[in-house]
This record gives sequence, structure tokens and C-alpha cells, in this order.
Amino acid sequence: MIAASRGFAKRWARLAESDQYSLSPGSRVAVIGGGPAGSMFSYFLLDFAEIANLDLQVDIFEPRYFTHCGPAGCNHCGGIVSESLLQRLATEGIELPSHVVQRGVESYTLHMDVGTVRLNAPGLEKRIAAVYRGNGPRESEPLHQISFDGYLNELAVEKGARMVRRMVTAMERTGDCIEVRCADGHHRNYDLAVVATGINSHFVESICGSTAPIRQPKKTTTFICEFRLGRSMIEETLGDSMHVFLLDIPRLEFAALIPKGDYATLCMLGDDIDDDLIQSFFRSAEFKQCFPDAIIPPHACHCLPRINVQTARYPFDDRIVMIGDSGTTRLFKDGLGAAYRTAKAAARTAVFHGVSAKNFEQHFWPLCRKIDSDNRIGKFVFSVSGLIQRARFSRRAVLRMTALEQAGNNPRKRMSEILWDIFSGSAPYREILGRTVHPAYVGGLIWNLAASNWPSARRRDADTAGQGV
Amino acid sequence: MADLGRLYKDGEIIVREGDSGDCMYVVQKGRVDILTKSGDREVVLRSLGRNDFFGEMALFERDLRTSTARAVGDARILTVDRRTFLRGISEDPSLALRMVRIMSHRIKDLTARLTAYENTPHADPT
Repeated sequence: MIAASRGFAKRWARLAESDQYSLSPGSRVAVIGGGPAGSMFSYFLLDFAEIANLDLQVDIFEPRYFTHCGPAGCNHCGGIVSESLLQRLATEGIELPSHVVQRGVESYTLHMDVGTVRLNAPGLEKRIAAVYRGNGPRESEPLHQISFDGYLNELAVEKGARMVRRMVTAMERTGDCIEVRCADGHHRNYDLAVVATGINSHFVESICGSTAPIRQPKKTTTFICEFRLGRSMIEETLGDSMHVFLLDIPRLEFAALIPKGDYATLCMLGDDIDDDLIQSFFRSAEFKQCFPDAIIPPHACHCLPRINVQTARYPFDDRIVMIGDSGTTRLFKDGLGAAYRTAKAAARTAVFHGVSAKNFEQHFWPLCRKIDSDNRIGKFVFSVSGLIQRARFSRRAVLRMTALEQAGNNPRKRMSEILWDIFSGSAPYREILGRTVHPAYVGGLIWNLAASNWPSARRRDADTAGQGV
Repeated sequence: MADLGRLYKDGEIIVREGDSGDCMYVVQKGRVDILTKSGDREVVLRSLGRNDFFGEMALFERDLRTSTARAVGDARILTVDRRTFLRGISEDPSLALRMVRIMSHRIKDLTARLTAYENTPHADPT
């Protein structure tokens, strides 16, 4: 294993010495995968190329149509555009039109066995968007809406990219180019190949090691399913709030129920989600109480997609770069935000610096490394959150502190801000960890630990448990 | 279909001249007038529509708002916090590229308006 790692490092170091490749007028770029990372890469590449007066030809290879319902048009994801991504897109002049947004989220509702508490966004502003990656779940009526992925495809095409409805099966280095081969026999040479397939296809596995000295990212399995409740029922039971669950179920890190148009999407994240874990969660009273008469309806559509939990080493080579989930992403949160960040960094590098391994090492890899090191802190944050999940006395303190902050007028709501940023993925884990060691937060937590576990408080909690705070 | 941001009703003030602020605003839907006071009179400096931003000076300097923004008809507005914005440009300076372009157009527009004003004969106040 160590010898193999050394081999990769040596081979990569040799390649990284060259910085002779760059894009020139008329260069061809292949983007393999038309999800958010691929579309955003194409959009920004063409935007930067326009500034640099560089005429490029960009082909996005995506065999699927995101106008299809169910798995045929879906990219298997919870479909949350985080607060930070929404703000960055707005700054870039990219708005999410109302026909793409299934619901604007204005609060989080935290469910624990000790009670429920709601965290409101400042001014009840809707700065988190629930979207569909395709055109809705299996057996849903085709919507008038456009899927998020479909909308980004349109933006890329408006900028000048070309959609190629072919399935790429192989990629090979031929002389000074990368040859892209498709299932139907079509093949063509490109000056840059961008891998944006995510990690739920076998394409990444097929190129890692053979085409480029890249070690593929580590993955874990998640669970996503859709419940059809109807728009009015969703308004009544879930509202514009994302429901999150901190429950003492082994291996479960986090679960969220996201209200959308006629459906609610459940996402479960943890340590290799399997049927036992899913059934344990479905049996919990906290989850059942989110549905009318505490009866969980049958789900309309479900999948067990894999997510990236450790960055690929190294997600680039001469004329090749891996963006979005194929390369790196944030641990458990804001995958779309990480796709945007890596796509834009790769596009900036390709236009303004070059497409050699060395260029990507200097201008793209630092961002991947930054995300990777923040994920290590994230693992620690989630392990602390796991301890809170397991200890009832600490769950009581979290509930009490958050409820008092939400009811009060103090603009500084330390526990609420930490929970909000953990749930929404809006802030780096490093910043969240920094806030948890602030003396005022630590003092508040100790006080609430004592106050919420005092015998009289526990008796009061027992009387009101399950009724919300 | 769903909307983002916060809804402001017709005539509602989004920011007031002289207030302190730590965010900028992006119009998602509707129209917003940017106003200032000249004596007792309200002067409309600019009328903004979808995707336009205002209040951006608060991202760069801790000064008071220099003008008032008022919704014209129902308007949906999204805020961009200083913290998120600065975190974004520290990682990716090109995030500010569109803002720089628009601010440069605004300077060009103001220069043209000032030149036109200078070339207009004014009554001598004395």
C-alpha cells in the first residue's frame, strides 16, 4: 500500500515538473458529465476565455436529459443550494429563477428525543433553496419546472458550450492530446479533458491509474428517498423548514427531511447506511411525528448513492482535471457549493495559467487541499456532535440553550449559529470549531448543562417532552 | 414554483440613508428605487431591476448608508453578508469581477451626468 502510494507520488511529481501545456485560440475542451460541476466549469471557462479573448470549443458529454422524471434524469442528491452558494451565485449575477426552486427554506427544525426546537433565519429570509436535480421523483407528473442541473446546462449552452448526448466510456492519452471515446464508437481528441462525472459512475475508476496517476476518492453510501405528501400537506406539516434529526442511533451522523413542491426528500448520512440503519430511523418517534397521524407514507423513489469522503490524490494530470465529487467535496455538506468552487478554480487555472499538471498543482490543488483539511476538522466536529447525540444530558442542554436564544432578543445566538452552520454547511468547519471554544459559548453551554439537568428542570422536561419547545 | 430572499411590499424601505449596514442586496424580482434627499425633495438616483445589486459599499467600508432603497411594487430581495462575501473573494478574487464591471459602469454614468450638469447654464444664486 505504502509502496503503491510512493509510486503514485513519484509518477505525479515527474509529470508535475512540466508546465508546457496551455489553451490557445481554437483549443477543444471535453467536459465529461453535465451535472453542476461540469456546467459551471463550462460557464466560467467560457466567461474567462471571453475576458482573455480566447476562442474555445467546449463539448459537454452528458447522455441524460434532466427533463426526465425519476432515475433517468436524476443525479441522486438531496438537492440543497446552501446559503453561501446562493449568495455567491447572486454576486456572480446567476439567479435561481422561481421555476427552478422547489421551495425556499427559512428555518431548520431540530428534532431530538428530548424535544424539538426551530432555528429561524435572520429576518425569515429564504436564503437556502430546495431543488430537484432531475425533473422530480419516479412516477411524478412531469413538472413545468426546470431541474437545477437542466438550468445550469442552459446557462452553459447560452455561454457557447455544446451539449453532446453521448456516453463517454474511455479516455486515453494520444501524443499531445486526450482522446475521448464514446459508447457509440465516436471518438475525438481534446486539449483538456475535465472529469465531472461524480463518483456514482464507473468512469472515475476506469481512468484512475490507467489513464492518469490519480488515486480515486474514498466513498461512503448514503440513503435518499422521496415521500409524496401533496403541496398543502407539506405546507401544513413541514412548512418552509428543513427538519433535521439528532438521534441516538448508531452509525447515523445526520438525517434531514427537506420539503419540496409535492414531495419531501429524506437524506440520511452516516457510516455506510444499510437497511438496518434505515429501519431504525424509520421506527423513531421523532421521524414519525413529522407526518400526519405519525404514519410514514410509502416512498415514491429511493436510491443509495455514494458520496466522496476523502479527496482524490491528486485530482489532475497534464491536460486532465477532476472537479466536483470526482475530485473533492465538503464532508457531508454543501456538495453543490464545492462543485462550484472546484469548477471555477479549474476554469481559472485553465484560462489564465495553463493545463499542465504543474499549473493545476499551483492554482487548483490549494483549493482541494483547503477543502480536504477543513473536512478533517469537520470529522472532529461531527464526532463531537455524535457524543452530544449519544448523551441525553447534553441533548437537553443543546435544546434548552437553543430554545432560549430563539425566544430571546439578544442578536448573538451562539448555539443557534453553530447549529445553523453545521446543518446548512454555510461556514467552513474550521470557523465552526473556532466558535465552539469561545468562552461565552463554553460558559453558556456549562450553565445550560447544569440548568437543564437540574432535577426540577428534568421533571418539567419529562412533562413537556415531544410537545416542542 | 418558489421564491427566494425576502418580500418587500410596495413602498417599503429596504435600507435607509444614515443606517449602518453589513450586507449588500441583490434584486431577485421586482423593482427598487435608490433615493437620496436634496433639501426637502427626494431624488431618485437609480432604478434597479432583476439581478441588480445595491448597498455594496457596506461590504468594503464600515460607513453609514449613503442612500435609501425603496421597493417599487412587490420586490424580492436577497442579502449577501459581508462575512460570506469577504470569505468568497479571499478564496476567489474573480468573484468581485462582475461588481467591479458594474461599479465602473456606474462611475461612467455618473461622470456623463456630471458633465451634462456642468454644461447646463445655471442661474447665478447671487
